[in-house]
Formats: sequence, C-alpha cells, structure tokens
Amino acid sequence: MNDLWSYLRTNGDDVFTALVQHIWLALAPVTIAFVLALPLGALVQRYGPVRHIALTAGSVIYTVPSLALLLLLPGILGTSVLDPLNVIIALTLYSLALLVRTTADGLDAVDPTVLQAASAMGYRPVRRWLTVQLPLAMPVILTGLRVATVANVSMVSVAALIGIGGLGQLFTRGFQLGFYLPPIVIGLILSVALAVVADVFIVAVQRRLTPWARAGAR
Amino acid sequence: MIEFESVTKRYPDGTVAVGDLSLKVETGQITVFVGPSGCGKTTALRMINRMIQPTAGRVLIDGADVTARPEAELRREIGYVIQGAGLFPHRTVLDNIATVPILQGVTRRDARSSALGLLERVGLPANLGERYPSQLSGGQQQRVGVARALAADPPVLLMDEPFSAVDPVVRDDLQQELLRLQGELGKTIVLVTHDIDEAIRLGDEVAVFAQGARLAQFAPPADLLAAPADDFVAALVGRDRGFRGLGFTDGNEIALRPIDHDVDGLALEVDPDGRPLGWRGTDGLLPTEGTFREGANLRTVTDLVILSPAGAAVRVDAEGRADGLVLLEDLAGSVRTQQRERLTALATAEDAG
Repeated sequence: MNDLWSYLRTNGDDVFTALVQHIWLALAPVTIAFVLALPLGALVQRYGPVRHIALTAGSVIYTVPSLALLLLLPGILGTSVLDPLNVIIALTLYSLALLVRTTADGLDAVDPTVLQAASAMGYRPVRRWLTVQLPLAMPVILTGLRVATVANVSMVSVAALIGIGGLGQLFTRGFQLGFYLPPIVIGLILSVALAVVADVFIVAVQRRLTPWARAGAR
Repeated sequence: MIEFESVTKRYPDGTVAVGDLSLKVETGQITVFVGPSGCGKTTALRMINRMIQPTAGRVLIDGADVTARPEAELRREIGYVIQGAGLFPHRTVLDNIATVPILQGVTRRDARSSALGLLERVGLPANLGERYPSQLSGGQQQRVGVARALAADPPVLLMDEPFSAVDPVVRDDLQQELLRLQGELGKTIVLVTHDIDEAIRLGDEVAVFAQGARLAQFAPPADLLAAPADDFVAALVGRDRGFRGLGFTDGNEIALRPIDHDVDGLALEVDPDGRPLGWRGTDGLLPTEGTFREGANLRTVTDLVILSPAGAAVRVDAEGRADGLVLLEDLAGSVRTQQRERLTALATAEDAG
C-alpha cells in the first residue's frame, strides 16, 4: 500500500496523463461508432442482403486480434505507427462491428403491430423511425453500447505495447522495472474503475431515456 | 359513405385476398365485416386507409378516391384501432392519445389536455394518464386504443378485431361502451371480427365474408338471423338464430293484458305501491322471475314468459309498478306475425332488387 502511495507521489502526473489519454482513446471510438451504428444498423435491418454482408464483415473484424490490427492500420492508412489515430480507428471498427449488430437486433425486436399502428395513424417513415422505432429499440442498443464501452476500456491497454499512451503504459512500465507491482496495480484499479464509471453512466442515461422500460406490468 | 367498387387484391403468388368486392358502408353506422380467418375481411378494411393497395378497383370515401390524397394525411383523418390496442409502450397514456393531433400540428400541451377529456369519455380515470401502457390491464389498454383513434375526431373509425385479445367479461363491457360511444358520436365505423355474436350485437349492417374472399351476405343482423343467404351464413350464424333474432324486434308490439287478468288460476299480487310481489295461486305465492319495461326487445319478453310460472311476463313502469301482462298466446301470435312480415318484406326486396 505504501508503495502505491509513494509511486503516485512521484509519478502522479504521468498516471494522470495516462488516465486522461486512456479515457480519450477508449471513449472517442465508442462515441463515433455509436453515431455511425444508428444509420448503418437501420440500413442493415431494412435490407436483408446488406445485413448478411455487414454482419459477416463485422464478425471477421472481430476475429482480427487487436494487436495485429494496430500494426496493420498504419500500413493501410499511411499513418505513423505511434499515431493515436490508429487506436481510435481500430477500436471504432470493433465497436462498430458490435453496435451495428445490436442496433439492427434492437430495431428488429420492436413489435411490428406497434409500427403498423404508427403508420395507420399517419406517421411518415422518417418520423416513425425517429420517434417510435428508435426509442423502442434503445434498451437493446444501449445494452450493446455498455458491452462495447467496457470492452474498449480494457482493449486500449494493448495500445501501450506499440508505444501509444493510456493506462497500458503503467503495465509495460511495471514489467520493464522487473515486475514492479505499484504501477501495475494502479493501472489495473484505474482501468476497472473507469469501466465501472462508464457503465454506471450509460445505465443512468438509459434509465433517463427509457423510463417506460422499467414500468413493469401490474 | 365508404364505397368499394369492384375491389380486388391479388398477391404476386396468385392468392386472391379480396375478389371483386363491391359494397357501401353507410355514414354514421357500424358496419361489421365478419368471417373466418383468411376470408379477406382485414384486407378489405386496410384498403380503406391504404395500408394495403388494391390490385384493381377503387375505394371511395364520400365520393373521393382514397388514393387521391397523400397516405399520411388520409390516415390522420381515419381512426384506427387494432387487436391488442398497439399502444406505444414508450409513451404515457396521455401522450398515446395525443398522437394524431400532434401529427396534425396541435401543440403537445393542447393535445394532452384534450386527451384527458377523451380518457374520461372512454370510461377511464384521469389518474391513468401518466401511466405507461404496460401498467394497464388489457381492457384498459383497449380503451386507450379507442381514445387514441378518436383523438383527432375523425369521421371514420376502422376497428380491426378490437376486442379479440380480452376475456369475455371485459369484451362485453367494451362492446357496451362502444355502442354507448357510438350513440354519442355517430361515427362511420367499420369493424372487423371473426365473432358472429359480436357482429350481430354491434353491427347496424353485417357483411359476411366466406372463404375465398366471397361476400356471402350483406344485411342488417336481424335479416341475417331471419334469412341467411346460404348454408355458409346459416352455419356461421349458428344455433338458436330464431330466438336470437327476437332481440332485434320491439317487444311493445304485443297486446298487453290488464294486471288483474287471471292466468290459468294464478293472479298477480302487488304491494300497496303497485309493485309486483308474485303470482298467487292455491300453492301460495310463486315468484315472477323478473319484469320488463317499455322498450324491451322481444327476446327479453319471451325469456320472461318462458320463466314465469304463469306463462306471462309482467311489464312495469318507470317507478316499478306493474302496468300490464304479456301472455304466452299473445306472444306466440306476435312472433308469428312479425316473422311472416319480415320474410315477406325480404322476399319483396329480393324481387325488387
């Protein structure tokens, strides 16, 4: 315990920088992916053939190991190996693969009679999608978002292996110092705490957005 | 008035859902489409608000082809109630009811305040307004569904199996409620059901659809019971159609006897206010088994005559004082005459048509 405090005292700034970078690297991709997943998910859900291709592509992306993807991307994008953009893009792809699927599933799960009732009442397609179908799909979509967010928080650590910041640096430093525990433990605690805070935040948003989902049957 | 002009709906696989259907739905009446599943009744209903497009023929509302207007606009002026209500689970009861007015540009505030009035109109307490549909019973949801359909005060109301998802007791309530509402509102209602009893109870006119999208008969319920067009209709209408048909005949046609009339050794005994106590005979006082008032139908009167130990039904006035007797023999004569008149009228109408 004392070791932890002394490590924090001397390296506090580094730890703080790593944490901020970790937050940025983990959450930016999931945010971008979430915004992209809504239209893509809608497209995929609507058109059968597109769905098959998109979901297969998604599964393939998921099977590529993250480290390999991080090393491949600079070659494809022409970025420097140390560019954080690689991490952002890699994690956006992973998140997207997951979120497009859950968005399509969520939109699919909306009771067709409710949609039919909406059309019969005079909703035009776009308004129906935005104000009826999407809100009703939100519980499923947000569950996917939780999984993607937590997965990202843990995956960002891998970036340290190729020299990009984040809490993963604390792990690599611990190893370099001959399995020196304090940075490893601090990295671990912060990374878990970050995942928990992000998850709790999404759950809070979900409760706000979908009060009806908790209004159980009598 | 809603008119189907030789309307056909054929699907790409060759199935004919509706074949050359022509019929007129009168303004301000309840017209019921009834028949077994797959007979095209729902397809016909959905062609009115263009949820389904006909392959051939036209549907007109008050003389105007429904395809002449943008779908969404047309639908906002046609109330629509579906089985299980189809309420929006993510909106409160009031917001559900306010849906169509908001689509038409009414402010949310105004729409919600009129929604409160509608809630009351369909017999629900105002405190349900802020609940979500999942917190209501099936019957309550169905009432909200009706309120939502009425919110924009549409002249036409389409109801697709509106009461099929609720238990029989609740269904009975909802049917009564619909008749009461219709008495106040006088909408042009087209209701689809597979339940012939519901059709007979609710319909001013009943269109019986047979397998293969054939319109087997289109007639008021009393005529359906008295003279089914063919074996299919007769089978659908089922047993006791004679007795059930009496429900559509006015009981006041029958001659009344004075209450002191002796019926086969029994005499009606009344209390000092004139209210019936029972039938007095040598065996003591026997119960009357109920009474009827002016305006009762012939089915009610017949039932009372059958139940009565004297073979006589007791009519009472508004204060409950006995004011006349209907005897079995008078009833029998009246039923015979009315049935004969009805069949003659139908035959004449058929010859004329």
